[in-house]
Amino acid sequence: MTDSTAASAVEGFDWRPLATLVLVGLVFGALVGNAGGVALLGALAGAVQGAATWAVLDRLVPGNRLIGRLIAAALGLVVGLALSGATGAALGTVGGVILGWLHYWIARQGYRSGLPPYASTGQVIWHNTFLFICGAIFFFLIAPILTIIPLSFNAEDFFTFTPEMLAFDPEGYSLKHYRDFFTNPDWQQPMWNSIKIAPMATLLSVSLGTLAAVGLSQSHVPFRRAIMAILISPMIVPLIISAAGMYFFYSRVGLQGTYLGVVLAHAALGIPFVIITVTATLVGFDRSLTRASANMGAGPVRTFFKIQMPLILPGVISGGLFAFITSFDEVVVVLFVGSAGQKTLPWQMFTGLREQISPTILAVATILVVISIALLTTVELLRRRSERLRGMSPG
Amino acid sequence: MTDSTTGPDQFTGPTPDNALRDADGEARADGPMLAADGTPLKRSLNRALRAQKLRALGLIAPLLIFILVTFIAPIADMLFRSVENQIVSETLPRTVAALDDWDGEGVPGDAAFEALAYDLTIAAEEKNHTRLGSRLNYETTGISSLFRKSGRGVDDIGEVHADAFADLDPLWEEAETWLALMSSEDYIADEAVWRAAKDGTLPPAFELRDGVATALPRTADIFAEFARVIRIEDEDSPATEEPWNIVYRALWSDLRDNPDAAQAFAGGNADLVAAAAAAVPDFPDEDIRAAFLDIDEDWDDHDVWGTIEAFSSTYTSGYFLAAADFQLTPDGIERQPEDQQIYGLLFQRTLFMSLTIMVSCILLGYPIAFLLSNLPLRTSNVLLILVLLPFWTSLLVRTSAWKVLLQQQGVINDTLVWLGLVSDANRLELINNQTGTIIAMTHILLPFMILPLYSVMKTIPPYYVRAAKSLGATDWTAFWRVYFPQSVPGIGAGCILVFILSIGYYITPELVGGTTGTFISNRIAYHISSSLNWGLAAALGSILLAVVLLLYWVYDRIVGIDNVSLG
Repeated sequence: MTDSTAASAVEGFDWRPLATLVLVGLVFGALVGNAGGVALLGALAGAVQGAATWAVLDRLVPGNRLIGRLIAAALGLVVGLALSGATGAALGTVGGVILGWLHYWIARQGYRSGLPPYASTGQVIWHNTFLFICGAIFFFLIAPILTIIPLSFNAEDFFTFTPEMLAFDPEGYSLKHYRDFFTNPDWQQPMWNSIKIAPMATLLSVSLGTLAAVGLSQSHVPFRRAIMAILISPMIVPLIISAAGMYFFYSRVGLQGTYLGVVLAHAALGIPFVIITVTATLVGFDRSLTRASANMGAGPVRTFFKIQMPLILPGVISGGLFAFITSFDEVVVVLFVGSAGQKTLPWQMFTGLREQISPTILAVATILVVISIALLTTVELLRRRSERLRGMSPG
Repeated sequence: MTDSTTGPDQFTGPTPDNALRDADGEARADGPMLAADGTPLKRSLNRALRAQKLRALGLIAPLLIFILVTFIAPIADMLFRSVENQIVSETLPRTVAALDDWDGEGVPGDAAFEALAYDLTIAAEEKNHTRLGSRLNYETTGISSLFRKSGRGVDDIGEVHADAFADLDPLWEEAETWLALMSSEDYIADEAVWRAAKDGTLPPAFELRDGVATALPRTADIFAEFARVIRIEDEDSPATEEPWNIVYRALWSDLRDNPDAAQAFAGGNADLVAAAAAAVPDFPDEDIRAAFLDIDEDWDDHDVWGTIEAFSSTYTSGYFLAAADFQLTPDGIERQPEDQQIYGLLFQRTLFMSLTIMVSCILLGYPIAFLLSNLPLRTSNVLLILVLLPFWTSLLVRTSAWKVLLQQQGVINDTLVWLGLVSDANRLELINNQTGTIIAMTHILLPFMILPLYSVMKTIPPYYVRAAKSLGATDWTAFWRVYFPQSVPGIGAGCILVFILSIGYYITPELVGGTTGTFISNRIAYHISSSLNWGLAAALGSILLAVVLLLYWVYDRIVGIDNVSLG
């Protein structure tokens, strides 16, 4: 037994962890029990579990948090399993983890971490409420995206969790929506169209955009403001207006419903992102390097590719990724400028969501989430590398 | 946007600007300073500066041209379409001219009906009349069917005259007679060559005989149109088809007005025309007005003529008036009837919902940005990923997620029912109404609020708040009087960004908004793809564009467009 617990035992019994744990267990158990129609039993089981958790953690393993939490979780698992099978076990484990964390948070005054020792009770309560609110907002941000991932493995054509899924019955899960995505021509054709359109549009906007960004960052550019405003405008003008204008204009010149039309439209939409990221990279570019290169006899083209390009490459790539995701994600413009032959993945998802809502959409969505996580990681890594090269701290 | 980052005086190395200034200063004493090649330094530097500007412009030019062609031109085209209205004056040129004399009372005189008969015959042959009908139907309902019906019936007008001419001399029924009478010698020769060749090319363009246009003005006019339509629609020449009935009517009225028309012709043509001119006074007349009323009695309606007259100019404010719930009637500008005032309501709803979304974004975004900027860098970078992941996730993925969550049989309702908080019978209606749109769009646009707020809050030094507290301020006072004012630029930037984005949103309201949660963009899309009223779509789009550009200008004032940071 450590000194502090000995001291608290001498000073008096710390009733707060026990009371909190029993109360939380009671409420949690009552809610879960209510769902099964046995609120009283649930409340009782919850309270018992709370008290048991406290007894084990406070009396038996006060020192080791990790073991304590594992024990709390296991306790929940057992109680849940005993009461209502697999679903109960899962919920019980969740409850156990919460109780275990709660115990140490209260017993070790975890709620005071991050606050100065002199903080008043009111400040402590406010601080923790604030953290709780932030947690709820983060939950709001991320939960919708995470919810669709398990749903995409649904064995039924439902958009909600089936009882089999909740009971963790393997029968409740399947890959059939993924199979549908990879075999159904209704999805394969759009996928290939997206794969054909987005890289071409990206290539176009990156090559033209980089060139222009280099021009824009020169020291003497007449009408710089006006030019910048024009180049950024595709990002500002609402998509529906761009789409309407392009639809009218492209049908006049015969580009409506063609591959080229869609690529040009998407390239125009991606250009602001390339301009913004590349000019931002060029701000920190040391111009004496190009002068040195010219001094040693390199022509402007050679200087650009050998000196400037490698240094601004992270900016160019992340601009390109932005342009890519703009085109890959874009629905409104392709809906108007394209025809059935240019149907892209987002377009198919849009019609799918509007008309015959099919769970394959969730499988596609999950795949797209994975792709966006990959893109996000790449951009983050590139940004840090670029800042390191420019001698700035990552942040 | 500022030039300070790349301004000429920001460079430590020599720049043409600095050198020019130096050259100016040293020009006084011993003549102009000379460059190495003997030219005055000032001129040489000016040349270098010009070359530098040209090089910069040369680099920008390809992209600028690209954007101008693929993006700015379409927008300009849309603006143009919102006022363009050539269809009436192009399809009914003679009627529009005849209506100039109309006093606007009742129904115009026979001259207008006569002109309409010509115009409508041509339009019906070219199949333009239905397009015009549906255009005018936007303004006065019923015109579409009126034009369709009249297009079918109009070729009967002039039949009495055609029969009378045929009874007089069967030659009048022959296409060749007309060709010989109306067309120039050159055209007859060219046409014969073309007919002999039969190589599938278009026949030669029709040419009138000299003097016909003065002797028989109406006939010449309508026959030339006949020849043009035959050439384009049927790829044939007028030598093979009997003219339309209306041509006979034109000839009848020309000969009645000008009995000496035969003098303009020679040989057999002159005899033929002279005989016809002598017989014409005895031909039966046909009341043109009665003929039109016979086809559809709506032609007796003042509103129909008023609408044609009101929309006869090449440019119209009609679409913009319609977008503002007004209408252009024959009697001037009027408010739309109460039950048809939908656009005012729709603009109001768009603004109201965008504001609601903006406010909820502030309420949710501010605590997050505050937390992120006050945490150690390592922790905040990890938490930032939770903000950036939704930002990078496909819009449709997020919208489908909300569709799945918010449905009546969806995850949220199921959970609430399972917990017993909501009874199974009254599940919450969270989707296909304004609630759905607001929830989903707040989620989608929240990163656009958090990121600018975070980048501003990161730069707020923590010691101001500490100083305030050490001077005795409570937590709340220190926050409200010291911290909050410093974060206002971030709120401004985030608000305008979120507002601009939400006001033009289309996809999410379309999918989760039902009928009450849609925005003005959905109406624009509806007019482009369903009702095909492109002019109105363009007018609504122009208004929306004006609002957005105004906000953009404000944003540029407050934040500067090249200070937009992307994560």
